[in-house]
Amino acid sequence: MTTQNVQYEETAIFTRPSSLTPAVTTYCPGCTHGVAHRLVAEVIDELGLRDTTIGVAPVGCAVFAFRFFDVDFVEAAHGRAPAMATGIKRSLPDRTVFTYQGDGDLVSIGMGEITHAAARGENITVIFINNANYGMTGGQMAPTTLPGQKTTSSPTGRDVELAGFPVQMAELIATLQGASYVVRRSLHTARHIRQAKKAILTAFQVQQAGLGFSMVELLSTCPTNWHMTPPDAMQWVEDNMIPAYPLGDYKVIDAVAKFNG
Amino acid sequence: MTKELIKGNIAFAEAALRAGLHAYFGYPITPQTEALEWLSARMPELGRAFVQAESELGAINMVYGAACTGVRTMTSSSGPGISLMQEGISYIAGSEIPVVIVNVMRGGPGLGNIAPAQGDYHQAVHGGGHGDYPRIVLAPANIQELIDLTYEAFDIAEKYRCLVFILIDGSMGQMMEPAELPPFREIKREAPVWATVGAKGRKPNLICSFNIDAEAHEVTNLRLMSRWNRVRKNEVRYKEYYVEDADYLVVGFGTSGRIALSAVREAREKGINVGLLRPISLSPFPEERLIALSEKVKGMLVVEMNAGQMLDDVISLTKGKCPIKFYGRPGGVVPMPEEILAQIQDLTSQPVPADIHPRDVWYDELVAELGLVFEE
Repeated sequence: MTTQNVQYEETAIFTRPSSLTPAVTTYCPGCTHGVAHRLVAEVIDELGLRDTTIGVAPVGCAVFAFRFFDVDFVEAAHGRAPAMATGIKRSLPDRTVFTYQGDGDLVSIGMGEITHAAARGENITVIFINNANYGMTGGQMAPTTLPGQKTTSSPTGRDVELAGFPVQMAELIATLQGASYVVRRSLHTARHIRQAKKAILTAFQVQQAGLGFSMVELLSTCPTNWHMTPPDAMQWVEDNMIPAYPLGDYKVIDAVAKFNG
Repeated sequence: MTKELIKGNIAFAEAALRAGLHAYFGYPITPQTEALEWLSARMPELGRAFVQAESELGAINMVYGAACTGVRTMTSSSGPGISLMQEGISYIAGSEIPVVIVNVMRGGPGLGNIAPAQGDYHQAVHGGGHGDYPRIVLAPANIQELIDLTYEAFDIAEKYRCLVFILIDGSMGQMMEPAELPPFREIKREAPVWATVGAKGRKPNLICSFNIDAEAHEVTNLRLMSRWNRVRKNEVRYKEYYVEDADYLVVGFGTSGRIALSAVREAREKGINVGLLRPISLSPFPEERLIALSEKVKGMLVVEMNAGQMLDDVISLTKGKCPIKFYGRPGGVVPMPEEILAQIQDLTSQPVPADIHPRDVWYDELVAELGLVFEE
């Protein structure tokens, strides 16, 4: 038996964005955080922002976000990322500053900071991951948990009489005059991922053009704490989350619409 | 430069500006609001960053963010606001970045009142946020000292990559005195190597108080301590008056130290050999000097506008080397020089009870003096 040394010509058709480090993520199998990270990194690459971007990591599942992005990073206290981003951006207005926050971080403990950053029209970009629970601490009820949804702190399902109703953050922020670009997308199918990428690109372009506050809410899966297989979790987004959190553009100021155009 | 009549809150704000303050974030609270108002006009006209935040929580986290970029950053507030900032203060300490914070103390606890007080001594010097972290606390007693210390605070904060608190009270924030403002300093353009300003030409920087590995975080804690040991060696500040031939010593900081000085002068006129030690750096505390004086004098009187907070430090440092008496007015009441003079006269004419805590002696006397009766 002889072996033949064959030379194959290889063409890379899918590579890691250079703004994403080779570190193995700390996310559970089937979780869409990894997808969201990749999309943000692709946008940073495409806009050539790697050298001038400062990311603000949250407290929650993405607490290690700084390990996965190859850009300068700071680590905020729980919910305070938009305030920290404000401080960075006001000090260095020519840099790109983004926060990456989950729903416990942004909608619950950080409701004050996100709302006022948007109201001030801070020229920052917010990537908001909504997976309807507190993932990092083991699946407790979040402000975004759906009515009837079982979590470790709503064991019989979220009772709206006791725990109130979900907060629709994109809709809420869109009411603020200071917000320029506020949309909701999802990460549960390839088509939705492409749409999410486009929105993230626009959000960073809005900031680059100095047009003010941009936020992309991304419906995400949490198979571990939802106690589902990854495909079932994707389906659950389609069947349960999208009806409660409709996808769409909630605020696109004229300047952005034109510029997006 | 000539002296001008200037209000304390405006004095420290303008001094910070002249020291190269690049970013200020604050929230209105009496009795420090004039600083925020002053900087709301001055910062934008010089092209520097100013935000009136949604809360002190927002303000301190904006401070945290701006300080991560390596620029000179400050906030100011008063007790309730400083309490709200403690989360960010702990994160800033754990991230080892320089920040200057001014606390214009008012009466506490709780909403308290807007009168001058010194009840935040323990919070500033020993307590505050969670975890182990040293911090520098400077307590001026007049407007010129407030200006000079604020001007220098940024250098000190940068030198040790740590928090520097300026601890004053409502009377100093509100009073006007003739004082001289320092010249403008150039704003530094070069970012320190650790700053997060964009990773051009290098690996990314990370500013973080988070370390999931306990052994590694122990190292961070010990690094903070090693820096603190340098601070203790280099940054002790105090002023003393009439101590050379003093048989008795008064110890007081900030406004209470200043009022005590009037009482000490009156006592001197009456032929009482009493001196005053006024600690300026409350942290690091002038330990060596206090211990040396405690070995020399026949008794000490600690005066504060609280219920005896620095008193705890004085007692633990002097280890019974001399009798200690305490006089304090908590909750926003300012002691009069005559009250302190009476205490000096008591100290020098009557034995100090040896087996009763100085705070208990003070409490019984003050409650009786005020005619108060509390239910058991």
